[in-house]
Amino acid sequence: MRSRSRTLPLNKRGMNFETLMWLFTRLSALAMYLFMVVAIIGALIMGARTQMNLADVLRWAFTPNVTHVQSTNVLELDSWATPFWKALASLMVFTAAAHGLHGLLSVLDDYFAQPWVRTLFRVIITILLPILPGIGIYVIWTS
Amino acid sequence: MTRDRNVSIFEGLRYQGGGPQTAWLLHRISGLGIVLFVTTHILASFLGGDLGKLFNAVYISWWFQIFIIFCALFHGINGLRITLLDLWPKLLEYQREAIWVEWFVILPIFGVAIIVILNTAVGG
Repeated sequence: MRSRSRTLPLNKRGMNFETLMWLFTRLSALAMYLFMVVAIIGALIMGARTQMNLADVLRWAFTPNVTHVQSTNVLELDSWATPFWKALASLMVFTAAAHGLHGLLSVLDDYFAQPWVRTLFRVIITILLPILPGIGIYVIWTS
Repeated sequence: MTRDRNVSIFEGLRYQGGGPQTAWLLHRISGLGIVLFVTTHILASFLGGDLGKLFNAVYISWWFQIFIIFCALFHGINGLRITLLDLWPKLLEYQREAIWVEWFVILPIFGVAIIVILNTAVGG
């Protein structure tokens, strides 16, 4: 016996904010994979094959921030400190923060059911959303 | 609707969910671990000083590296499974098989990572 498909077509499902954030969580995951692939390709172009070990490549993969590799054996840091890499790192930080903070909210929603508590968490997360990645992006552009 | 569930955490743990429940639980724990790590990491790099040094001392320790590499690996690869299966819902029928594939990808990488981390910690 074959069970009937439980997938509703999009137009019958209804789109609210939570549904959009559900979609955002998936798409931002794919976006972060894309950023990591770009960072690894950049590392390979800029001498990862001869200058870096695996740990160094991983540091580049998780946002190419110059201060991440000051302790590694990469000799030339200037080629990483370009606006392109800083912009990519900033995008990565913001995407990761939005993904993570929304994830935190959906975990909290599972354990706190009172409406005012949920509203309180939403307010806190909304305040944190520009502040935390803002600090990270500030560090990226000033270091 | 589902607001007033009276399920205690112990009843929840007794639920025999198998592989998918384990993946759900580990996804949750690893996600919280990453949020905690990235938040403190951003704050440490911003604040510097003694607090920054304290955070950095924790990151350098081998047990924290093993914990966070597991969080990142599991959350990344399990998240890829969730994303692919959610965006192509026909594949949801093969969820259990997908979770087995996932472990076959995660465990060898995690094993290599543990060896590298411990080698570095012992060898300096």
